[in-house]
Amino acid sequence: MTTTLPKTAPASFPSSRRLLLWSGIAALCAWVLVPIYLVALGAFGGRQGVYLWPKTVLPTGVSIEPFLLFLRTEGVVGSFLNSLGAAGITVALSILLGAPAGYALARYSFPGKDGYRLLVLLTRAFPLAILALPLTVSFIKLGLYDTVVGVGLIHTVLALPFAALVTQGIFLGVPRELEEAAWVFGCTRLQAVLRVVVPLAMPGLAATAVFAFVISWNEVFAASVLTVRNRTLTAYLLTVLAESPMHYRFAGGLLLILPSVVFIFAVRRYLFAIWGISSK
Amino acid sequence: MANIVIDGIRKNFGAFEALKDISLTISDGEFVSLLGPSGCGKTTLLRIIAGLETATSGDVLIGERSVIGLPPKDRGLAMVFQNYAVFPHMTVYENVAFGLRMQKADDRRVKEQVEKAAGLLHIEPYLDRYPNKLSGGQRQRVAVARALAVEPRVLLMDEPLSNLDALLRLEMRTELKTVLQGAGTTTIYVTHDQTEAMGLSNRIAVMHDGVVEQVGSPVEIYNHPATRFVGGFIGNPPMNFITVAVEDGAVAAGTLRLPAPAGAGREVVLGLRGEAVALAAPGDGLDMTVRVAEPMGSHLLLTGAIHGQPVRVILPPAERVRGGDVISLRPDLDRITWLSPESGKSYPAAMA
Ligand SMILES: Nc1ncnc2c1ncn2[C@@H]1O[C@H](COP(=O)(O)OP(=O)(O)O)[C@@H](O)[C@H]1O
Ligand SMILES: [Mg+2]
Repeated sequence: MTTTLPKTAPASFPSSRRLLLWSGIAALCAWVLVPIYLVALGAFGGRQGVYLWPKTVLPTGVSIEPFLLFLRTEGVVGSFLNSLGAAGITVALSILLGAPAGYALARYSFPGKDGYRLLVLLTRAFPLAILALPLTVSFIKLGLYDTVVGVGLIHTVLALPFAALVTQGIFLGVPRELEEAAWVFGCTRLQAVLRVVVPLAMPGLAATAVFAFVISWNEVFAASVLTVRNRTLTAYLLTVLAESPMHYRFAGGLLLILPSVVFIFAVRRYLFAIWGISSK
Repeated sequence: MANIVIDGIRKNFGAFEALKDISLTISDGEFVSLLGPSGCGKTTLLRIIAGLETATSGDVLIGERSVIGLPPKDRGLAMVFQNYAVFPHMTVYENVAFGLRMQKADDRRVKEQVEKAAGLLHIEPYLDRYPNKLSGGQRQRVAVARALAVEPRVLLMDEPLSNLDALLRLEMRTELKTVLQGAGTTTIYVTHDQTEAMGLSNRIAVMHDGVVEQVGSPVEIYNHPATRFVGGFIGNPPMNFITVAVEDGAVAAGTLRLPAPAGAGREVVLGLRGEAVALAAPGDGLDMTVRVAEPMGSHLLLTGAIHGQPVRVILPPAERVRGGDVISLRPDLDRITWLSPESGKSYPAAMA
């Protein structure tokens, strides 16, 4: 029997769902944006603004001056560039090495596959603190000590296991039939990967890149141990923060946050590429 | 020339034998269906021909050349996949052009071929769209157009119509036949739908549990099934099987005495198509107890029993039979198939 339901029931249900949806979105935005906003206020507010209480919601008496002053401080720009370099190396190597490994895990079956996956994760079981001394010694021998490349390599070691396992899941999500269709219509295995699999896996690969970037950008221990003068931003800030005035600390925090936001913004097109809907 | 020879193909998945010694020859330009119930190994066989799966043993020749060990791209074939497998990140145009682009065809030829294939399948209006804006039937056409655009020597299709609704399926079937009749491409068509296979094929290979039970034209397979399985699988209603006793080289069926097939034992199975009977005078022929009579308009469908064994019989729509009646039927002797009750195989037709 199909009876017509009272009109109000189905109507109110979606509207309350929509309310829930929007309040959820608002809460998430606030969760992310309010701290960033407060940090920015601290960074631009100058020496007095930091201690102003109660905080004004709207920025008063802000100027770019304190932040610029911070940027001109000895070592800030250099360490910022070092951080970018290390993160760039980490992202590039994690994707270039991790994605093929993830593809192999997703598409081939070989003896010891599960063991291999476990092994990949086990590389993270050794705390860096234990490895610090031998690493430092070998890095000095190899001429990698106190270089951006050295830090990038160590960060790659940290990010690579996750890159391999995450991309495995991503490649599993690309229907095998599409790849087979590419083979039948004239592709070699590699061509099929480049023309069909990678474009379809792009959102996931972009997310993996963000992930690798964040791992490297936030890592402080290895970066502190393995560098002296060529510090990354986190390592640099860690050493100088204690002696800095409050608004410098906020400026440092802002500088730490910004690149991640910019990077995520840059790859957003791939993060949300649902084919035929968002791509123009 | 692209005939296909499948020679003693076996395929094991672990201990499971998916294909047990399949041999089949398909001539150039022929349309052959692999027909069988789900799980009988049709897709596996097609994938071995395409090079997407490796056979445990056996050989596949396309155009007189063994293709075992060749990657799919070097086999000169195109394929229509069951779930279409159109590339979601390419427009319809680029999908159809994909094979040609991989062949490094120049832009003029690509355009020409894409437009030709699109015209055949009526997808010109969607060439700029992405596949996720298309209906199932339209995607299906794109998949077929992509395969035809490369003008393959061999076209493989795996249940290409199975995801469409009934009406669209009928329409696409007719169109496929129209399109392919012109192309003259050697085609292997996998389906579990007998009407598709009957309607499209030059020949049908009926598969069952990893074995080809019979190869023949649709009419041959319908009228002279080689095994009980084929008779029961083909036709709607399926063939009736009535086990009868053999005495002194003759079969007593009702009041009829029919010559038993050579080599028959004590019993033999009488295979009878539902429509290969006529109503006879009462007591003169095979007695059937009618349980249900269904007037279908074009015919009268009777369900009941002969010799206590369930049968379905089709009579002209004007006959007056009702549930509960006992009627006499006279089978068309030319259309009887005798089968062995033990092996399920048919005896060679005795008719001249
Ligand atoms: N990759 C595989 N691994 C294990 N068993 C498989 C695999 N592919 C197919 N099979 C088995 O082989 C049999 C035949 O499968 P398939 O060729 O897909 O049948 P059909 O296409 O006729 O429905 C099925 O029983 C199926 O479970
Ligand atoms: Mg199948």
